[in-house]
Amino acid sequence: MDALFQTTYPVESADYTSAGRASADIKRKLKQLGVGGDVLRRVAVASYEVELNLVIHSLGGELSLSVYPDTVQLVSSDRGPGIPDLEMAMREGYSTANDEARSLGFGAGMGLPNMKRNADDFEIASTVGVGTTITMGFRLN
Amino acid sequence: MTVSDLMNLIQARDLTPSLPKDREVTCGYSCDLLSWVMSHGAENMAWVTVQTHLNVIAVAVLAEMACVILPEGIDMEEDSLNKSVSEGLCVLSSPLSAYEICGRMYQAGISAQS
Ligand SMILES: Nc1ncnc2c1ncn2[C@@H]1O[C@H](COP(=O)(O)OP(=O)(O)OP(=O)(O)O)[C@@H](O)[C@H]1O
Ligand SMILES: [Mg+2]
Repeated sequence: MDALFQTTYPVESADYTSAGRASADIKRKLKQLGVGGDVLRRVAVASYEVELNLVIHSLGGELSLSVYPDTVQLVSSDRGPGIPDLEMAMREGYSTANDEARSLGFGAGMGLPNMKRNADDFEIASTVGVGTTITMGFRLN
Repeated sequence: MTVSDLMNLIQARDLTPSLPKDREVTCGYSCDLLSWVMSHGAENMAWVTVQTHLNVIAVAVLAEMACVILPEGIDMEEDSLNKSVSEGLCVLSSPLSAYEICGRMYQAGISAQS
């Protein structure tokens, strides 16, 4: 099915000052397209968490938004370093965030579990030395 | 109660004086870990935190909160305040501790969940 709307945001590593911009814009775009309520809130939480993980943990990557008649899809893909143990990374409380990130209030180890809880479909794939891809789907109504 | 009523309740200073203070506050939360706040944040919430950087504003705006409250007289950096004004998010600073701010809000009938 063709997307009604598609856009991609580059996200830089360690760029804390613009962190959150892509998710704010995603929320704005979805509102304009008439998406609201619970779905909008869940997409906002998940997009923020996935965007911040790109900033904090990746070497840089991109976040893309696709809107279909019946679903919203978010795809995050990065250039590394990859996640060695996905099961561990998905656990609440597990975090490898550095001191700088922790001092800003990141590193609770809640981001990936938050994404999984908020998305209707959640898939994560990662190869060490290559990168991580996360695909999330949110059903509209 | 409105943000303006809340200011009186917790003796707060207004760090975003250019914004209207008539928005309703319906629930409260206190935490400094942003992912916890992301998962518990709700519309019209008053969020008490000692964090003052730009991402605080991003989280509060995404959750459509009513205001951010800094305890113990903490100030917020100008970058963050500029962003909160442009996003229409009120920021207050109270001389009270986070514990006392939450205690007063709870007593005044602001619930834990909206
Ligand atoms: N894009 C990524 N690239 C490399 N590692 C990642 C990536 N995303 C997550 N991780 C790893 O998975 C761990 C758990 O991620 P999660 O988002 O759950 O917690 P966190 O980012 O450490 O803390 P929080 O999200 O609560 O601020 C991270 O600490 C990191 O080790
Ligand atoms: Mg995270």
